[in-house]
Amino acid sequence: MISHLPILSFITFLPLLGAFIILLTCSDDEQGGKNSKMVALWTSSITFVLSIILLLNFNSNVNGFQFVEKSEWIPISNISYHMGVDGISLPFVVLSTFLIPICIISSLNNIKKQIPLYMSLFLILEVLMVGTFCAMDLLVFYIFFEAVLIPMFLIIGIWGGPRRVYSAFKFFLYTLLGSVLMLIAIFYIYSKTGTTEITKITKFSFSHDVQFWLWLAFFASFSVKLPMWPVHTWLPDAHVEAPTAGSVILAGVLLKMGGYGFLRFSIPIFPDASIYFAPFIFVISIVAIIYTSLVALVQEDMKKMIAYSSVAHMGFVTIGAFSFTKEGLSGAVFQMVSHGLISGALFLCVGIVYDRLHTREISAYGGVSDVMPRFALFFMFMMLASVGLPGTSGFVGELLVLIGIWKANPVVAIFTATGLILGAIYMLWLYRRVMFGKAIKEEILSLNKMNFREISIFVPIAILVLFLGVYAVPLLEITKLSISNIYEITEFHKNQSTISQIAQVKIF
Amino acid sequence: MVYLIVFLPLLGSILSGFWGRKLGDRFSMYLTSSLLISSMLFGWIEFINLSNNQVDKIYPLLTWIEVGDFNVVWSLRYDMLTAVMVIVITTVSAMVHIYSIGYMSHDDSKPRFMSYLSLFTFAMLMLVTADNLVQLFFGWEGVGLASYLLIGFWYHRPSAHAAAMKAFIVNRVGDFGFILGIIATYSIFGTVYFDEIFHDVGSLSKISIKIFGLNFNSIELISILLFIGAMGKSAQLGLHTWLPDAMEGPTPVSALIHAATMVTAGVFLVCRISPILEYAPFALDLITIVGALTAIFAATIGLTQFDIKRVIAYSTCSQLGYMFFAAGVSAYPASMFHLTTHAFFKALLFLGAGSVIHAMSNEQDMRKMGGIWKKIPITYTLMWIGSLALAGIPFFSGYYSKDLILEAAWAASSNSGYFAFWLGVIAAFLTAFYSWRLIFLTFHGNPKASNEVMSNVHESPIVMLFPLFILGIGAVISGWIFYENFVGHHWHDFWGHSIYISDNNKALKLAHYVPNWVKLLPVLLAIIGILTAYIFYIVLPKLPSIIAKSLNPIYKLFYNKWYFDELYDYLFVKSFVKAGHIFWKSGDENTIDRFGPDGISRLAKYISSKSVILQSGYIYHYAFAMLIGLVVLLTLILMGKGI
Repeated sequence: MISHLPILSFITFLPLLGAFIILLTCSDDEQGGKNSKMVALWTSSITFVLSIILLLNFNSNVNGFQFVEKSEWIPISNISYHMGVDGISLPFVVLSTFLIPICIISSLNNIKKQIPLYMSLFLILEVLMVGTFCAMDLLVFYIFFEAVLIPMFLIIGIWGGPRRVYSAFKFFLYTLLGSVLMLIAIFYIYSKTGTTEITKITKFSFSHDVQFWLWLAFFASFSVKLPMWPVHTWLPDAHVEAPTAGSVILAGVLLKMGGYGFLRFSIPIFPDASIYFAPFIFVISIVAIIYTSLVALVQEDMKKMIAYSSVAHMGFVTIGAFSFTKEGLSGAVFQMVSHGLISGALFLCVGIVYDRLHTREISAYGGVSDVMPRFALFFMFMMLASVGLPGTSGFVGELLVLIGIWKANPVVAIFTATGLILGAIYMLWLYRRVMFGKAIKEEILSLNKMNFREISIFVPIAILVLFLGVYAVPLLEITKLSISNIYEITEFHKNQSTISQIAQVKIF
Repeated sequence: MVYLIVFLPLLGSILSGFWGRKLGDRFSMYLTSSLLISSMLFGWIEFINLSNNQVDKIYPLLTWIEVGDFNVVWSLRYDMLTAVMVIVITTVSAMVHIYSIGYMSHDDSKPRFMSYLSLFTFAMLMLVTADNLVQLFFGWEGVGLASYLLIGFWYHRPSAHAAAMKAFIVNRVGDFGFILGIIATYSIFGTVYFDEIFHDVGSLSKISIKIFGLNFNSIELISILLFIGAMGKSAQLGLHTWLPDAMEGPTPVSALIHAATMVTAGVFLVCRISPILEYAPFALDLITIVGALTAIFAATIGLTQFDIKRVIAYSTCSQLGYMFFAAGVSAYPASMFHLTTHAFFKALLFLGAGSVIHAMSNEQDMRKMGGIWKKIPITYTLMWIGSLALAGIPFFSGYYSKDLILEAAWAASSNSGYFAFWLGVIAAFLTAFYSWRLIFLTFHGNPKASNEVMSNVHESPIVMLFPLFILGIGAVISGWIFYENFVGHHWHDFWGHSIYISDNNKALKLAHYVPNWVKLLPVLLAIIGILTAYIFYIVLPKLPSIIAKSLNPIYKLFYNKWYFDELYDYLFVKSFVKAGHIFWKSGDENTIDRFGPDGISRLAKYISSKSVILQSGYIYHYAFAMLIGLVVLLTLILMGKGI
């Protein structure tokens, strides 16, 4: 019964309704701020509940898209409003709807100006994120995918730190460059196939030369989003200037759009080019892991450090995806979901101390464990999850990626695994400098303990990270069929194409 | 019952960790201790059941990961190897829990401490009951975490959290090998379950893997990678630097984790994968050599240290070396035997040292001790027992296990075996020497502590002495009690399928038939070692400093731990930080940003300043930009159609 309702559209556009209500009714004063918080909280919570219904009704034994909705949009052009979820997009839909209420709760007290606008921007962000993951039409996808930039740009630009304008423009510049190339590629695809429906395009086979260029165009966009080395430098700046909740969404969901793009478009639509470019991806991902881990090690700003660590963790995602093995592909999805939770939580941790001390300088801290024991526990747990301790979701993702890549190329696996050591070094170093030692500084001693609101945003994340860490099967089950589809496409092309033989030459 | 053995400590950890403050210090200490004692009793019952009735059991719990062919189920495996480890772990852990009630009585966060101890025990039990490599890795990292938390327990002290971090990271280096080993195993065998791997190992032993253009025998490669993991956890040469620093943790922790259990996880792993190692002769030789080198290397450092706990820590490192070279000559039962006896006497020594430290108002430097044996006679006697067992004096437990290891090394009749034998014999002499150096410096001679400290010297309370008695009994009798079963002629009946030795490797069998001088030499050297220590520290107390001066370079080398820390600091720590700075400043900021976004924006500024005529107003500006954009897009679309 539920499948007859346009539940995806509900999930996608309910927050938009909330945003409209806020913008139309709430004035920019104290009362308006309060009302807008309530509206935002309620809308995002209901959306989350709806997405849980979606999750429960999702049949992981059905191959292909579910809850499909389709209506003509631009009739003459074959472009339609076409939504649906499969095993790859569903986890991200739920991740987005899960993180938005958490972001809103986390910003209840620390946002002081233009609260209604802030709240409505987060709701709009939710619309666009969910839309991106549900879109089954290339152009619809593109619109959502790019439009996400706008609210994020505003969030950084209005509520950001002192260098917010520079960061916001850097962020915009990078992502814009990539997206222009992708738009051109989309037009080209449309002109060749006469459709923008993803399922139809996937069945279309492009010639090798065409694949090559189209792949690069898509790569330009996704690699910036993810971000991959060397187009990652916008990320640390954006994170540093963004307000806490902005960082959570940026790290938690926005980065994943790049990885999602690789899995949804690059690999299935251009399999030959993907196979051809895999060694290239491996090399820059390994560089990302080692290079950014070392850079993270010497950071003095907490947020910058975690931002750099995100780049390193995303390196695992691309390596897993381009290993073209079931383990690697599942590992990539798992790692993205897990990193979404863990890095989101880490940014929330930074936010908690930032709200109290108004600095992100690591050296300003020390001995926080003494005064905030509960926070010490949460931070410790998330730090360990980030270094991939078994029993947390971080481990499962990394293990699967490593297994997948070893099958494809053991040398790449060896280099990738160094990330496990380097990751531990900078995270432990961070924790040690912030939390350990004796609290002697006046400001540290006067820190307040975590309040109920703060605890309530950590507990659900911690439970999820632990749950997926000891019982990874549910998420793997959801993604299983979609992953094996991608796997079969690449297997087929590996055996078929001649170009792949060039790719088979080991890079070392 | 097996579930209870493993999960009672976890329950204790959770209760005392989350609700410790509400439960109260005293209650949470009793709670965790009594849960561990129950776990210990169940462990012994299961052990006795299993020795009477050899049936290996596997208790599945929950599917953990399932992707394609890769499948991991949480499950508890109970065979003899596990059962032996379980009694060692739970017994020592229960004793340490009880001891901590007394030892930690002045600490502020007792529930946290007990929670960590129980968490450690749980992780260690998960490690030894693992049925597959991935779950073993879970326990492996879990004990590493608990060790990290406990070393850094007194997190106010900078040296404590530095040591904690070092321990975690050095172990991660080992784990890097371990995880690659797991993955390589999966890629060869298509499974991570022990039984399935062991079943196929014979038929797959010829497969090779190509890495960096070189061909490696897959079984050798897997063995070496897993051994790297074992080296990290068991502090073998090269990855040993964390262990002495780990003494920053409270003494009960050193006894439990850094002497009796966690550091022996590497030995356990090597014994667990004995069916794989039997097909990897090169890896076995490597294990033998690394083990032998560690045995002698750590002993030389132990000679010169003055911190009472560090001496024992180096001694642990050295004894782990013995266990490894025993495994390296395929005498796995001997290795497990020494692991068991060592757990008792080394935990005894550590807890005894803790009792001394407790009595001396937290003094750890042996140069500031002396002349206290009459004041704490019970501790003194127990330290003697522990040292006698460690030195391998006849009829104490260490005598049976250590001599057997040396005999097996000799009986292996291989180059690596002889190498290990001779280094092991010399290390036996050094062991006896530094053990009695410790006893003489600590208990005899003139008191060197202040009068205030001396007047405070007191025997520990019964709650601390009781565990010492139990461990003392273990240190005396565990040798001859277990000898026949563990390593006697019918060892195979006892260990069942849990240990496999190929028929070509006869070291253990032949160890019982070595010439008499091989049997007597270690004992003789141990006695000479004790006498030498007596001459050095009682008869002629000036002698050590004269020798230290005349052999200054060697003394300095030993005293500074062969400069490993300095070397690593130079090679890794400094260079990593330097590389990080270079990448950040010259890479990110001066290259990528400069030519990337900043470059573009500079260029844009430059162009816009040149084309100032166009900027008559914003509207024109945008209209123009949009026009250009439209033209470009349309052209491209048309081109697309045209192609």
